[in-house]
Amino acid sequence: MAEAVQGRLWKPPPLIQSARLRWMLTLGAVIYLAAALGTIDINWSRVAEGGPRAVTFILSFFPPDFTSRGNAIVVGVLESLWMTVGATAVGVFLAVPLAVGGANNLAPRPVYLVCRAIMAITRTFPEILVAIFFVKLFGFGTFAGFLTLTFATIGFNAKLLAEDIEAVNPSQVEAVRATGAGWFSWLAYAIQPQVLPRAIGLAIYRLDINFRESAIIGIVGAGGIGATLTTAFDRYEFESAAAILIVIIVIVMATELMSGRIRRWVQ
Amino acid sequence: MPIVVSDTHSTWTKRTPAISALVWMGWLIGVALVVVCLQKISAQTEWFFVADAPAQGADMISRMFPPEWGYGSELLRPMWDTLTIATIGTSIAVVIALPLAFLAARNTTPHVSLRSLALFFIVASRSINSIIWALVLVAIVGPGVLAGIFAIAFRSVGFIAKLLYEALEESDPRSAEAITSTGASGVQVVSYGVWPQVLPAFAGISVFRWDINIREATILGLVGAGGIGLQLNASINALEWSRVSLILLLIFLAVLAAEAVSARVRAAVT
Repeated sequence: MAEAVQGRLWKPPPLIQSARLRWMLTLGAVIYLAAALGTIDINWSRVAEGGPRAVTFILSFFPPDFTSRGNAIVVGVLESLWMTVGATAVGVFLAVPLAVGGANNLAPRPVYLVCRAIMAITRTFPEILVAIFFVKLFGFGTFAGFLTLTFATIGFNAKLLAEDIEAVNPSQVEAVRATGAGWFSWLAYAIQPQVLPRAIGLAIYRLDINFRESAIIGIVGAGGIGATLTTAFDRYEFESAAAILIVIIVIVMATELMSGRIRRWVQ
Repeated sequence: MPIVVSDTHSTWTKRTPAISALVWMGWLIGVALVVVCLQKISAQTEWFFVADAPAQGADMISRMFPPEWGYGSELLRPMWDTLTIATIGTSIAVVIALPLAFLAARNTTPHVSLRSLALFFIVASRSINSIIWALVLVAIVGPGVLAGIFAIAFRSVGFIAKLLYEALEESDPRSAEAITSTGASGVQVVSYGVWPQVLPAFAGISVFRWDINIREATILGLVGAGGIGLQLNASINALEWSRVSLILLLIFLAVLAAEAVSARVRAAVT
């Protein structure tokens, strides 16, 4: 026994236990990578120009110019904030019934499937794509942005909230039901207290995401600071664009820090 | 759990009067803020267009059906490119994020100054959305798949590194200590005491980001960075709604498939 052990070196167990699956995955990955890398069209002469271009491009951002478009930046940030707050509030509110319908411990099967399908559809398409359609339908400006963010918030919050509702402690739910409570008081006294801290955390998290997205959807005409940024890019006012990017990054970092604090405090 | 006492009986309440007044004030301020925001938005809105929107929408949807199935054969290549952007972009991000995460985690970093530098890169990568990365990269390396790959990679580095360094910091110090007590070197402690603990999390994070990247890669074409977004943008601009609906359907299926794969892999490794 001792001799047999002495003969070989100990190795940590691999992540994928089955050797066959491991080798097949490796082989598949290699074939795929070869195919993918082989089909990329790269215009190498254009890429080679990229170096000097990158330098001039980056240099044209300096120094960031906060003043000459100062008014537009302030208006853009304010519009983004309106859209963010309004859309988060409305979206979080509308997500609640959808989440209740999409939790398999509360809703009957058909309702569950319909709600899950709505969530899947609202979550699949990136915000910017949704914004394109809302801008087409409702015209340029903050209203289209507000609707886009609301739409995205509903799917996101409903899905995560539904998962929290499915994970509640069933013994408390049963205890409240044993008192003979009706469906709504059952929801209010058994489910709501258990998921409320998580729901508040989710809403704050989504506020943070919505601000980031509000900076993007302006590219397709849905208002906010993104619109100011696109205008600056289109006019080749790169100094102003740099200032706007800095403003976006600072606000994003501030909201992320705050949302992290609040979420830790709530939980 | 305060109790309100009156002359005849005492009642249990959830909060003291002072706290409930505070909560009420909080709600008041919150609701007022939302109302102000909605008013500002509504003041800027051309309600004439909004009133027209249902008719417009119905018209658009009627033009979307039936999707132009014949166009599908021209979409195979863009779909393949989208997959390539997401997969290669994620792979590059994983390779960069791995050392970055080890530098950023408090328990594995060689030096404090390296840690702050790594954290700076992580934050910078995360605060710029991939479509803005794409805008910048298209200007630098020219339109095409390459710009998309690097846009995805730059945005994902911060995401993967952040989640991985948090996992590293949460790893159980006792296993690392046990390896240290055998006289192992620093590299050996990390590879035998820390790395095996975070390996499943690492695989899960990478696949999760790949799944997000499939979704993001579908839109990078809007700014010229390759993938199916290019065809989508062209079809929307040409008002060819029957092609738009086919592309949207394809994106929907691709995202669903990616989500299913990622969910299965994550369930298998954790």
